[in-house]
Amino acid sequence: MDHIIEVNVIDRDGQLHKLEAPTDMGMNMMELCKSAELPVEGTCGGMAMCASCHMYVESNHEVPEKSDDEEDMLDEAFFVEDNSRLGCQIHLADALDGLTVRLAPVGQ
Amino acid sequence: MIQTDILIIGAGPCGLFTVFEAGLLKLHCHLIDALPQAGGQCSEIYPKKPIYDIPAYPSILAGDLVDKLMEQAAPFQPGFTLGERAESIEKDSEDQFILTTNRGTKHRAPIIAIAGGLGCFEPRKPPVPGLADLEDHGVEYIIKDPEFYRGKRVVISGGGDSALDWAIFLADGVASEVTLIHRRQEFRGHLDSVQKAMDMAATGKIQLLTDSEVTAVHGEGALKSLVVKHKTEGERTLETDHWVPLFGLSPKLGPIADWNLNINKNAVEVNTFDYSTNIPGIYAIGDINTYPGKLKLILCGFHEATLMVQSAFKRIYPDKNLVLKYTTVNGVNGF
Repeated sequence: MDHIIEVNVIDRDGQLHKLEAPTDMGMNMMELCKSAELPVEGTCGGMAMCASCHMYVESNHEVPEKSDDEEDMLDEAFFVEDNSRLGCQIHLADALDGLTVRLAPVGQ
Repeated sequence: MIQTDILIIGAGPCGLFTVFEAGLLKLHCHLIDALPQAGGQCSEIYPKKPIYDIPAYPSILAGDLVDKLMEQAAPFQPGFTLGERAESIEKDSEDQFILTTNRGTKHRAPIIAIAGGLGCFEPRKPPVPGLADLEDHGVEYIIKDPEFYRGKRVVISGGGDSALDWAIFLADGVASEVTLIHRRQEFRGHLDSVQKAMDMAATGKIQLLTDSEVTAVHGEGALKSLVVKHKTEGERTLETDHWVPLFGLSPKLGPIADWNLNINKNAVEVNTFDYSTNIPGIYAIGDINTYPGKLKLILCGFHEATLMVQSAFKRIYPDKNLVLKYTTVNGVNGF
């Protein structure tokens, strides 16, 4: 087991980025996108206290349920859909190999 | 005109610690912050979160860190201009900066230290077409004076405490009609506020529209109506005098983007020798700056502040020698 998975990130221009992601570094999707220099702000640093890493889960992976904090924070985001998540709350794990997310549009 | 030695933009941890380090060199500081309280992100976003990487504090709440920094800075009597945004700068005939805020408050100093963190916090604006045209013509993002809404029809959007509290307040004999719109059924405010809003909705004092959001605004020169879209029941039009979207705050770089500083990805480029910017006399420290190897950590900001004030001192007093004095030897002698 080499603890590397592949995830797909679709940016706001519709372009697909295939990213290799380590699952043994305690990383989340917000951090992974930032490290790949994708346009994800992650203002609060990953505490589910802003909504600047809003993304949609587009594949059928079993992503852990939203916490109340995350659900509350999504109230401050726009373009929220049923598959909306905060990237910082999606922790990279082996079960997420092949995950596809799409970055949500940013407001003004 | 407020005169000081170092004018600090941003009253977060880095700006506050600058007051202390400058004070040791007998330099006075004045801080400007767009938020109504000191502490920056630590106070605004995560006051109750523990921070684990402040040296000598295995764990400290962000709010407590701010309190301690304020206490540490207090002997040096910093001035504060809070709730105002640093807007424009110019130089006067004595090579001093004149900084004016969005409310017209003028400050004068030979040195400016930008410790603006992520920028200034501004209300999040919903992505509704044509909204900007109706701002201050029926659309407001902040309730400054509730009396403004007396006898008016008001629609509030949002699911947090400010949306709930204002809906409750305005529905209690101030506005003629109050509608509260929220994208889901659960509210995230304090339980008693949520209960009170629900009670008022039950008695018809508040019209509650959950699972809904505003998707369009209408009005020529002044707001007339909103289009409200329900998750499953479609759209309806709601006539109103005011719409107040309360979706929290998000940071924007703001006016400093237009000060001719070298900006790289929303951060100010600095020389790591003294954290000076491309404009002599203006420094940038903490999360707002960038340089090779930059880490956005509070402890790095403290280091940057300490080196920066040395350079600021030499700029203000080019002929004076500066000797590093240890607080353990000399104590802290305030102003």
